[in-house]
Amino acid sequence: MGTDPRRTPLHDVHERLGAKFTDFAGWQMPLRYTGDVAEHNAVRTGAGLFDLTHMGEIVLSGPQAGQALDYALVGNASAIGVGRARYTMICGDDGGILDDLIVYRTGEQDYMVVANASNAALVAGELLDRAEDFETEVRDASTEYALIAVQGPRAVSLLAPLTPTDLSTVKYYASYPTTVAGRPALLARTGYTGEDGFELFVAPADAEAVWSAVADSGEILPCGLSCRDTLRLEAGMPLYGNELTTELTPYAAGLGRVVKLDKPSDFVGRAALAKASAETPARKLVGLVTDGRRGPRHGYPVVDPADGARIGEVTSGAPSPTLGHAIAMAYVDADRAVPGSALAVDIRGTITPVDVVELPFYRRSS
Amino acid sequence: MSTIPDHLRYSAEHEWVAVSDGVARIGITEYAAEQLGDIVYAELPNEGDAVTAGEPCGELESTKSVSDLFSPVSGEVVAVNDAVKESPETVNSDPYGDGWLFSVRVDGDPDDLLDSDAYAALIKEGE
Repeated sequence: MGTDPRRTPLHDVHERLGAKFTDFAGWQMPLRYTGDVAEHNAVRTGAGLFDLTHMGEIVLSGPQAGQALDYALVGNASAIGVGRARYTMICGDDGGILDDLIVYRTGEQDYMVVANASNAALVAGELLDRAEDFETEVRDASTEYALIAVQGPRAVSLLAPLTPTDLSTVKYYASYPTTVAGRPALLARTGYTGEDGFELFVAPADAEAVWSAVADSGEILPCGLSCRDTLRLEAGMPLYGNELTTELTPYAAGLGRVVKLDKPSDFVGRAALAKASAETPARKLVGLVTDGRRGPRHGYPVVDPADGARIGEVTSGAPSPTLGHAIAMAYVDADRAVPGSALAVDIRGTITPVDVVELPFYRRSS
Repeated sequence: MSTIPDHLRYSAEHEWVAVSDGVARIGITEYAAEQLGDIVYAELPNEGDAVTAGEPCGELESTKSVSDLFSPVSGEVVAVNDAVKESPETVNSDPYGDGWLFSVRVDGDPDDLLDSDAYAALIKEGE
């Protein structure tokens, strides 16, 4: 702490675009350019361009890279096909979630783990420790990559002319080493917006050229972290620190499917997670909606509308630009977490009725 | 750098005040609107409410955050900009004009407000 926040290789580009910046996990990142709602809507209806260089990349290479990840993570990394990717988590011995991750298998013996910016150093450290007895190199490669995301229904048509890869053959959660605007890139069909789109891992020195080529390719808005949060919330995607914490196991977070208890190898947290898998969590993650724009925010109590008793807590909430009313995710006592039921949230002293709904709030039409 | 018109006075909570014929028209500054992001909900005091300088009297909610609206002056609310309730984005697009929020009848010239230079210095300090 006390050190100046890091700047991405696209910082000057953002400044020229008039970005408003925010300090996030030790980085100075664009919060918004033109406006949160315009940027949000661009991703839903057209295309948006994000700088996500703050994300951490940890690279594993070696004959036992897959086995090392099988031991370090809750998923079955060695079962991922070359060129494919998987959403997974890294847990502690107690089963608590340390971070949620995307693991890309980039070669027979090569993997790239993408961690949240706020956890990148911790994940790199854990992976180094946990891979110690395996024949693999583990390298924190975060400074070797800039990450540019192109998200939205028009992402394919905008990117297609810039890359030799036939994008119609790139599956969801797959990655290809290719070029974009003539620069080497790992092109992945992943994202955090609920829309189709791509994430481009490029060398920092190539970031500006790739960003500019995409920005000039047609109608696409530069987008900041502010709209990324409302986009992922509408899509019901968890955010580490809000829906996911060390206090929760993947089962408690409703994401037990990422834990592969039946994988052949041992893994960190296995005993605790086997136990958690057999228990019914006390609270369940649900969606809440109001009929107005005034809505629940992170940390607000969910209460019983009859007697005001506290029955849960809001983890994320915002007025939804797409739906026109407030939406929120909350952990609610399991017996009350029933879609269709009427609950209430204490919004700064006002007990406000909310309805429980299934997640996600928004699903793209495909 | 956001606009800070010379003819207005300002509070430390980023409201502007324009006094004319004993009525203070109030809004939030362009700087405040930029900090909040796109405003999607405005809860304003009602006509007839008594408001007190420095006390919250409403709230402004953006996709990113929610913040209290403070009255920069004391007195009775005599007008409320209902158009802003319908179209809160006006606060972002025209904070000193159509995006005004409410008006308060004041007794004389309100104290403790900043001129544009002092407000500009305050913003600079905060950055």
